[in-house]
Amino acid sequence: MLKINNLHAKLEDEDKQILKGVTLEVPAGEVHAIMGPNGSGKSTTSYVLSGRDGYEVTEGSATLNGQDLLEMEPEERAAAGLFLAFQYPVEIPGVGNMTFLRTAANAQRKARGEDELSAGEFLKLVREKAKTLNIDAEMLKRPVNVGFSGGEKKRNEILQMALLEPKMCVLDETDSGLDVDAMRLVADGVNALRSPDRAFLVITHYQRLLDHIQPDVVHIMADGRIVKTGGPDLALEVEKNGYADILAEVG
Amino acid sequence: MSPTTDLDVREGVDRETVETVANMGSYKYGWDTEIEMEYAPKGINEDIVRLISQRNEEPEWMLDWRLKAFRRWQQMSLPKWAMLDIPEIDFQDQYYYARPKSMAEKPKSLDEVDPKLLATYEKLGIPLKEQMILAGVEGAEETPADARKVAVDAVFDSVSVGTTFKAELAKAGIIFCPISEAIREHPELVQKYLGSVVPQGDNFYSALNSAVFSDGSFVYIPPGVRSPMELSTYFRINAENTGQFERTLIIADKGSYVSYLEGCTAPKRDTAQLHAAVVEIVILEDAEVKYSTVQNWFPGDEDGKGGIYNFVTKRADCREDRAKVMWTQVETGSAITWKYPSCILRGDESQGEFYSIAIANNRQQADTGTKMLHLGKNTRSRIVSKGISAGRAQNTYRGRVAIHPKATHSRNYTQCDSLLIGDKCGAHTVPYIEVKNASSRVEHEATTSKVDDDQLFYCRQRGIGEEEAIALIVNGFAKEVLQALPMEFAMEAQSLVAISLEGSVG
Repeated sequence: MLKINNLHAKLEDEDKQILKGVTLEVPAGEVHAIMGPNGSGKSTTSYVLSGRDGYEVTEGSATLNGQDLLEMEPEERAAAGLFLAFQYPVEIPGVGNMTFLRTAANAQRKARGEDELSAGEFLKLVREKAKTLNIDAEMLKRPVNVGFSGGEKKRNEILQMALLEPKMCVLDETDSGLDVDAMRLVADGVNALRSPDRAFLVITHYQRLLDHIQPDVVHIMADGRIVKTGGPDLALEVEKNGYADILAEVG
Repeated sequence: MSPTTDLDVREGVDRETVETVANMGSYKYGWDTEIEMEYAPKGINEDIVRLISQRNEEPEWMLDWRLKAFRRWQQMSLPKWAMLDIPEIDFQDQYYYARPKSMAEKPKSLDEVDPKLLATYEKLGIPLKEQMILAGVEGAEETPADARKVAVDAVFDSVSVGTTFKAELAKAGIIFCPISEAIREHPELVQKYLGSVVPQGDNFYSALNSAVFSDGSFVYIPPGVRSPMELSTYFRINAENTGQFERTLIIADKGSYVSYLEGCTAPKRDTAQLHAAVVEIVILEDAEVKYSTVQNWFPGDEDGKGGIYNFVTKRADCREDRAKVMWTQVETGSAITWKYPSCILRGDESQGEFYSIAIANNRQQADTGTKMLHLGKNTRSRIVSKGISAGRAQNTYRGRVAIHPKATHSRNYTQCDSLLIGDKCGAHTVPYIEVKNASSRVEHEATTSKVDDDQLFYCRQRGIGEEEAIALIVNGFAKEVLQALPMEFAMEAQSLVAISLEGSVG
């Protein structure tokens, strides 16, 4: 599904190299986690994959089902099936959540040469998804993320994910700022979306989210590289001993 | 209303935007119609004023009124106070009167109508049924249109080419006709009200308009009548080097109601063209008028070449108690916009509202706003202005709220928001506030924001293209004003917002 090979990236405005050769492969149906200390390049990985301005790829490649992600505009990557759940979802005043979702869904369908959904069809679909995810339909009428609590914003991200049905979901520190109950709701949402033809890359600072979203593979990132890869127990090890031991071990 | 229908309705509007944005192009009304025109000689003098009056078969009093205005205009100078960089205008290098030759005599049937006029309206997207009537076919108004009825007066350069649903409106006692016709047929109303809200010498452009206006719309709603349909005027400037000077007079008698719409377009031309209109609205006791404008004159090209210079005086007089007026404007076109639809709140408990979206892209300049003049007791006014600047455009909100000593217990609320796209444009807010009594209250709120990269990236990550994302964000910013528009207009306005911002990013 997602193949990242020797990815190097720097800030566009400064000569600061942030990613220094990330190599990673997430097959369909699997959930991978990236953990690592602050400033290790976890969030940058998600931005470079999704095409945010301000970064320059200097070397390496990233493909989604064989398609070169780095050659595409952000909206083309989305249509190709890449979804990023934001660490800080953005507010868009005056734009109804429903309108935003439908505009996005239809833009993607159009880009893929599929028929657009009518208002009725879309409404039905949204209601259905919101119900499975235990999300109050009231949230759909409000402007995008405006006045949402931290938990609501993250659940809105999950709802968008459910509606857009991406192939590859990247979750950027989705657990940040959430209390235990809110985190469980978000994790339940992600678990409900797990399927054999969809893959997840869960970026997190702490192990606690991984109690709820069981990963198949855990990667440790430090100084712009993946320094260690292992099973779910690697996350537990980090939780117990911190990053220092692992970092010392890999030099 | 159940939540489902509510959402469906909103979705309907938004879907329209999205589709239009998807097929977005540049100014889409920029084509012209090749049609044989009859012009008055270039320039302005007393003979031209006489000629216009004579073409319209006007009575003597009207000619005298025009000449008085012309003499007044000659003594006036151009207003310079607006934040506008206006190239010198040679008023003698303009045509002041142009009409299609085929309109010399009103066509009696479809066969007689110039097919080019028909095609023009078809291309502008006026529905076929209306189009037949628009092109001036007598009798077509007997057949009602399928859709919701909107009566249209179509002004092509200097003349009105047709007014729809006249007969049906007449049954309700409503007069809706070209003002040239009203001067002949209803002189008592015109003489009583013309110039009573915007006097001839009010300003340079109103004086010019009073001297040379050639046509426009006239509306009279009798006491207690609620207009059964929306009334509208569609202005099209087609001829080159020709100014359009139209005059609209609306009178809402006691207890009446009307919603009036105005739309405007013009072909793409290299040279700038002048448009100086006057709109006067008289509102009597307990009557209410809603006046909505979607202004889409050609804005000039990316380098600021060509475009319409739009100098407009619009004013409503809430002459008696509890009269109400609501101005809603969506200003997307014109190279230069100088326009301040105002409310005189003379009657006690009268109300004035002003909702505005002004978009300036590329080299466009807009200096627009409103005046709320509180003269009566317990008068209320509300101003919601949304200015959007992109490219190298300059956008100024200029507003005056004046509360007279006798206008006790009056209130005004002003909200003025500016949105910037890119870093080469400007937004300015110039409020003038005068409160001359202690029991009144005035509130003013203003914000300035930028469409930020985070919002754009968020939309794009969800699959929405950049231009569509801008349109979505801007429509969200302007939502309060868009909601104040009648439904059909709201859709058109949303699409226009998208089109006029085309090329503002990247």
